[in-house]
Amino acid sequence: MRRSRWLVGVAMPLTLALAVAACGGGGSSTSGGSGSGSDQAKNDGTEITVHGTEPQNPLVPGNTNEEGGAKVIDSLFAGLVRYDPVSNEPKNNNAEKIDLAPDGMSVTFTLKKGWKFHDGTDVKAKNYVDAWNYTAYGPNGQLAASFYAQIKGYTDVASEDPDGDGPQKAPEPKAKTMSGLQVLDDYSFKVTFSEPHAIFPVKVGYQAYYPLPDAFFADPKAFAAKPIGNGPFKFVSRVPKQELKVERFDGYLGEDKPKIKMVKYVFPESLDASYAQVKGGQLDFLEQMPPSALAGNIWKQDLKDRSGTGDVLSIQVLAFPLYDPKYQNPDFRKAISMAINRDEVTKKIFEGLRKPADGYAVAKTPGWSEGKCGDLCKFNPDKAKELFAKSGFKGPLEITSNADGGHKEWIEAVCGNIKNTLGLDCNFVPVQSFGEVRKKITAHSMTQLYRAGWIADYPEVENFLNPLYRTGGSSNDGLYTNAAVDAKLAEADKATTIDAANKLYGEAEAMIAQDMPAIPLWNSPRNYGWSNKLKNVRMTPKGQLDLSFVEIA
Amino acid sequence: MGRYVLRRLLQIVPVFIGTTFLIYVLIWAIPGDPFAGLCGERRCPDSFIATMTEKYHLNDSIFVQYFKYMTALVQGDFGETFNGQSVGELISLRFPVSVRLAIVAVAIEALIGVTAGILTGLRGRSFLDNLVLASTLFLISMPTFVTGFVVQQLLLKGDWEFLPPTVSDQARWSELIIPGFVLGAVAMAFVARLTRTSIMENKRSDYMRTARAKGLPNSRIVGVHLLRNSAIPVLTFLGTSLGGLMGGAIVTEGIFDIKGVGGLIYRSILDKEGFIVTGVVVLLVIVFLMVNLIIDLLYAVLDPRIRYD
Repeated sequence: MRRSRWLVGVAMPLTLALAVAACGGGGSSTSGGSGSGSDQAKNDGTEITVHGTEPQNPLVPGNTNEEGGAKVIDSLFAGLVRYDPVSNEPKNNNAEKIDLAPDGMSVTFTLKKGWKFHDGTDVKAKNYVDAWNYTAYGPNGQLAASFYAQIKGYTDVASEDPDGDGPQKAPEPKAKTMSGLQVLDDYSFKVTFSEPHAIFPVKVGYQAYYPLPDAFFADPKAFAAKPIGNGPFKFVSRVPKQELKVERFDGYLGEDKPKIKMVKYVFPESLDASYAQVKGGQLDFLEQMPPSALAGNIWKQDLKDRSGTGDVLSIQVLAFPLYDPKYQNPDFRKAISMAINRDEVTKKIFEGLRKPADGYAVAKTPGWSEGKCGDLCKFNPDKAKELFAKSGFKGPLEITSNADGGHKEWIEAVCGNIKNTLGLDCNFVPVQSFGEVRKKITAHSMTQLYRAGWIADYPEVENFLNPLYRTGGSSNDGLYTNAAVDAKLAEADKATTIDAANKLYGEAEAMIAQDMPAIPLWNSPRNYGWSNKLKNVRMTPKGQLDLSFVEIA
Repeated sequence: MGRYVLRRLLQIVPVFIGTTFLIYVLIWAIPGDPFAGLCGERRCPDSFIATMTEKYHLNDSIFVQYFKYMTALVQGDFGETFNGQSVGELISLRFPVSVRLAIVAVAIEALIGVTAGILTGLRGRSFLDNLVLASTLFLISMPTFVTGFVVQQLLLKGDWEFLPPTVSDQARWSELIIPGFVLGAVAMAFVARLTRTSIMENKRSDYMRTARAKGLPNSRIVGVHLLRNSAIPVLTFLGTSLGGLMGGAIVTEGIFDIKGVGGLIYRSILDKEGFIVTGVVVLLVIVFLMVNLIIDLLYAVLDPRIRYD
């Protein structure tokens, strides 16, 4: 299953979040006390195998943007903050304190002392500043470059290619480093923004903001072969497209210090094979189930108390290519949204494992409250008919998606809803691959409704709105634009406190719903399973095994 | 004989260049852009695309690209994957696994298929004959993924320590027996039928009557005269299936988690990882050519009427 942090892959339906809490039950107090000796020996003596996918890019935090790579990067590196594996709230990790200036224009990070990279060098302020400058610098071609866009001086290091990805080369950027990054002393640095950016401290738990050791800058090639991080695990060995081993780094000072010693990520040939392995006990953790196991909820019968369900920050939508004159009328878009019976589809197609969405963000996003889409995301045939008649849309309606991701069933069900409610002809048009669909979308030549999925990079409502629905947003593929929404989002960005920002983002979300540039469908919790070798198994909101909590049974 | 072999080996060179060029062109001719789906719902940054395009020479014309690739290849450099790993290393890890799997499959095919074919071919019209006919028909009509899943479920149910439901990364010979059986099942049925028909046909030929008239013992008639003459079509089939089973074991590899080249080619085509596809196919082409050469030479051994000079 290729790819991604993004919902490219197979359907990964799900259930209630209870399981997370349930399986976390046992070890509520602290780790040390009761278990001690023999438990620790067990944890030290056993290697656990965790399902993964081959990282798509060299193992450098700033060049990793998909789940397979992020899983490894997250175990090798630690950032200024980390997200709580249960509540998803950001907590200081490598940062001792974070001081946001009252005007929201700058933030000063003070680092904890004594933290070390795996090669024994200290983690200092300059490791952060150098890493960020490296990633942002255009000619380095790093995937996460745009994550620094709010930092002052970003435009000087990122050079715009005059003809997109055409033959002409981008000119040499004006500067090598961002003027907004300033090392104050060994253990503190200051980040200045071009405009107030109060939510920045929430974002820095994302992998793009991890530090890099001096060894990286000395020899990036050698680093990619044997990454040196500052995280709870250190790199041991790797076999291409097969496995990657990491081992606990005993010098790690973070609170999420793991109890288990050795982890082997395995990259199997198919999800079905992994499922057989987890069932048979050859694989210890599988973070998603193959469609064959989800059908009829077989996985629950097979794995019983070795299975669980956890929320991840992902949402699935039907997006309109708003540059196509056919889809201009918001009444029409609302009519389609209200014609979809989300409850019925999630029950019948996804065995009740997905949750109907009623907003553009999802639960487990700190600071987000549900219901911003309100009645517009509820099945209401009468209202839908009324709006549809007003819109004057003339059929047929086509919905497209890649054919290999298991999307056919639900799209046909949604089409059935639309047909029954509005009497509008609706068809599913499959396309060969995800890449093909994306090519049309990025070229803005789409003429049909298309499936889109979004997994948040960091737990903040902003990440569900700014990239997707703001004019010029990095993933605003439908070219949605509304001056009032832009103004509200800008106001939220400039808010001086995180709470004020979240409130404004909520208002913007409600405004977006009134335009319905994309129809929120449902969010997709993940079903996971484990072998009886493990105990204390739970999944983080990032969709990964919580390695700081798990132990050998 | 020596000159024949030399001629055949020389022929490999143009075939090799032709096939690699075709594969190379075809991979890049498939519609789609390697970076279109790489960044999920977000457009890949232009600077990233520019860097990658430059690194992998994707802006050059296809001929220049091919030339650069081949120059590196003859020096033993298979290139790099998009995530910066050596394709050569990848191939050296996976190729031996596929070779082992294909050999196991062909061995099972030959052993069971030929035995069943001989037994039924000699007896004819017996209960055994009907049994083999029915079971081969069953195997031929059964898609590999069905056989594979059924066998895997049985292994899971059995929960035998020595026969896990999937193959470990080392892919030991003993672990490959079950997947080899699944992989070779369809071809095995063909071999059985082919052997049977061939033996049936040759049983009635003139040289068989002569051999009998000379009063030769039955073991010699069957073992030397009949089998040797019936072996040519079977051998041809077995030889070609060896190459096919190496690159075409996608389904079996997927079910049993075997780290071979079939699944690697399949996924590399989807990801447009041209260097992997070309590198692996180049080696498969060589395997095909060599196996065919060996089979052709074996013809002369089996049938003295065939001469290569």
